[in-house]
Amino acid sequence: MPLALLLPAGLGLVLLVLPLVGLLARTPWATLPQRLAAPGVLTALRLSLLTATLATLLCLLLGVPLAWLLARVEFPGRRLVRALVTVPLVLPPVVGGVALLLVFGRRGLLGGWLDATFGITLPFTTAGVVLAEAFVAMPFLVIAVEGALRGADRRYEEAAATLGAGRWTTFVRVTLPLVAPGLAAGAVLCWARALGEFGATITFAGNYPGRTQTMPLAVYLALETDVQAAVVLSLVLLTVSVAILAGLRDRWITSP
Amino acid sequence: MSAPLLDAHLVVDRGGFRLDVALRVAAGEVVALLGPNGAGKTTALRGLAGLLPLTAGHLTLGGVDLDRPQRRAWTPTERRSIGVVFQDYLLFPHLSAAENVAFGPRRHGADRRTARATAHDWLSRVGLAEHAHRRPRQLSGGQAQRVALARALAVEPALLLLDEPLAALDARTRLDTRAELHRHLTAHPGATLLVTHDPLDALVLADRLVVVEEGRVVQEGDAATVTARPRTDYVARLVGLNLHRGHADGQRVRVADGLTLTVADRLDGEAFVAFRPSAVALHPSRPEGSPRNTWPATVAGVQRHGDNLRVRLDGPIGVSADVTPAAAAQLRLAPGQPVWAAVKAAETHAYPAG
Amino acid sequence: MRPRRRRVTATVVVAVVLALAGAAGCGRSASGGGATGGPGAGGTVTVFAAASLTEAFTRLGRDFEEARPGSTVVLSFAGSAALAAQINQGAPADVFASAATRNMATVTGAGNADGDPALFARNQLVVAVPKGNPRGVAGLADLARPGLKVALCAPQVPCGAAARTALDAASVALTPVTLEQDVRGALAKVRLGEVDAALVYRTDALAAAAEVTAVEFPGSAGAVNDYPIVVLRDAPNPDGARAFVAYVRSERGRGVLAAAGFQVP
Repeated sequence: MPLALLLPAGLGLVLLVLPLVGLLARTPWATLPQRLAAPGVLTALRLSLLTATLATLLCLLLGVPLAWLLARVEFPGRRLVRALVTVPLVLPPVVGGVALLLVFGRRGLLGGWLDATFGITLPFTTAGVVLAEAFVAMPFLVIAVEGALRGADRRYEEAAATLGAGRWTTFVRVTLPLVAPGLAAGAVLCWARALGEFGATITFAGNYPGRTQTMPLAVYLALETDVQAAVVLSLVLLTVSVAILAGLRDRWITSP
Repeated sequence: MSAPLLDAHLVVDRGGFRLDVALRVAAGEVVALLGPNGAGKTTALRGLAGLLPLTAGHLTLGGVDLDRPQRRAWTPTERRSIGVVFQDYLLFPHLSAAENVAFGPRRHGADRRTARATAHDWLSRVGLAEHAHRRPRQLSGGQAQRVALARALAVEPALLLLDEPLAALDARTRLDTRAELHRHLTAHPGATLLVTHDPLDALVLADRLVVVEEGRVVQEGDAATVTARPRTDYVARLVGLNLHRGHADGQRVRVADGLTLTVADRLDGEAFVAFRPSAVALHPSRPEGSPRNTWPATVAGVQRHGDNLRVRLDGPIGVSADVTPAAAAQLRLAPGQPVWAAVKAAETHAYPAG
Repeated sequence: MRPRRRRVTATVVVAVVLALAGAAGCGRSASGGGATGGPGAGGTVTVFAAASLTEAFTRLGRDFEEARPGSTVVLSFAGSAALAAQINQGAPADVFASAATRNMATVTGAGNADGDPALFARNQLVVAVPKGNPRGVAGLADLARPGLKVALCAPQVPCGAAARTALDAASVALTPVTLEQDVRGALAKVRLGEVDAALVYRTDALAAAAEVTAVEFPGSAGAVNDYPIVVLRDAPNPDGARAFVAYVRSERGRGVLAAAGFQVP
């Protein structure tokens, strides 16, 4: 590997790894066990993992059809829609949270109607956390899947048709398996983004242990009183995330 | 033929290209669609498969209109009783060979167990029973081709379509596979249409040839007829004959300014004259004696052709001549060398061009 | 010259704290920052102040600059705990004004204060409700009404600790829908109409008087936070720092604070 590439690559790696090193260097190893057993740590972690996973499932449910629409269907304003999909990426998360309140809040465009008709309120609920996380993480999934669908060989779909498969069956049994690696990569990015979300969550869903206090929120609050507690919480979140991501087989998310 | 299984008049307009061919294939018959690149063979196949709608004409299979634009009749691909073997096979990479073959029967309503049994049955028939669990990327070219064939046949299609089925194989595999394929195609009860640019495929596998050039049928008939009486340059080159068109008057055909050939057949009017390269004799100077068909020519090029040499000659008519290496050496054949070409009337074959 | 104010956001604070965590053992980073000029009435004064002091100190900063031409006041507002942590990690500041004695103790305990902190204001808790008090909230007991959504500050922040004390003293068992990480967050929820009430400082309720009504409650006099202020040991502009602290505690400064809703001792 040429030095001209090796050097910046090394620097990039260092940049990404240094904060982690900083955390590890300041971890109170002696008091770690009782800190980990403190109430709230496991609750926040469990909530974080649950909401991130549910948010990813929601993104898959809505994002894959959206990606298919963008990749396969020619309709007027397609470019505009594609640009709109990237809005959560550029919007500051807190602004995203405020926007969600303006729509789904008590006085929001839809919030009042949802409450009156179905008795559903979203702010300050775990469902609200899932919604906020899904909002910020969806672009990752849509963009990844759209790219994968564009690159998929359409001739396999023709072959499926000649064998008697209808459009839906072809999509499920041929197209999706073919783009599975790209889809998995997008889902992983989506999950990671959802896990780390802070601004939109705290603005839209608030902070309440066991219901809406995810790990990032717990970390921030811990900083108020006890920096070391914050370090421990951060370390827990990092360890769990890295373990899960590292456990993903390479071949599941890269094309054969 | 009585009520052919496939009765089609395919008219497709694509950009500046227009396909207009009529095809009739009986049950159990194998028809080869032969033609140079760009002739429209793939367009025809895609039209038959429903991957392309017809602009005009009709497509009737087993008495049912699958595509008739005038009456707005249209059956989508997935509901046509067809099986397609694609040039690149297009075996689903995420499924095993058996699952690929079972795909069709499953879509046609068979339950999992029946479909699996059918798949294994077909894989045995193509000699790949022990490779049933393998993924397509673990199969050789020849094996993949056979799985693709099994997959297409497993749905018991009324119309089997093959797109250059042997093109992706190396010469050695092609030989074996061609023989195997012939066996299966003969056994297939439905109609078969085979698209190819290789005349050997057509000759071995097909009962009947349909030659297409620039979107039109230029010749059709059984292999023997087409090869014996080619009607276009393409077909003639395909079958390795010298072909010339001229005006016949009894046993003499005028093929060019200053050249009239005496032929074995008697006819009048526009005619084709065909003769093998091996029938062309070369002499250093004007030959004495019997051959009445003789003319001065210039050597344009020399190529190896099996054990012999094939010499391309320019002259009043351009011909190819086969000579032994010894004869070539004796004549000192090199590009630009003047020679005299001669053909015996008995070795020519003349037939009407109309 | 207009005072420049920077509102330090939560994420920046976290990043700075964590990044500096590794540098802590390597000694103090060089102070510098925005300090220009040396001793004297001129120069830049960098003030770290609790978020609840935003309006009051912004006004004070402007008045200070008018009173002493040639000086600039740079204000950084954030949660008191975050500011204390920054100062202890070596952030360049001249003055620290905290919303609770606890956070000030963190700074003085680390030896980063110059002299003793002085108490310059007190902030009382009130119940903030949407303008006009549509749900008719009269006191703390009403907050526990079923169906009423209440926002509190998290107990880890000064405003939340005071709220907890007040609720316990009144024996009110309240389950809030959210525990906000700073008082502004709690107030924002009221302003957006997402909650029916929040326990915030009187100063915050007054600052949002257009959208919010403040409801005093008995015993609120006991739910008070003391605000200390101190000049920092490593201040780049010690003279300017002392002048600013003196200004805050002067008659004019007290006037501004009282107008904002603080109690001045």
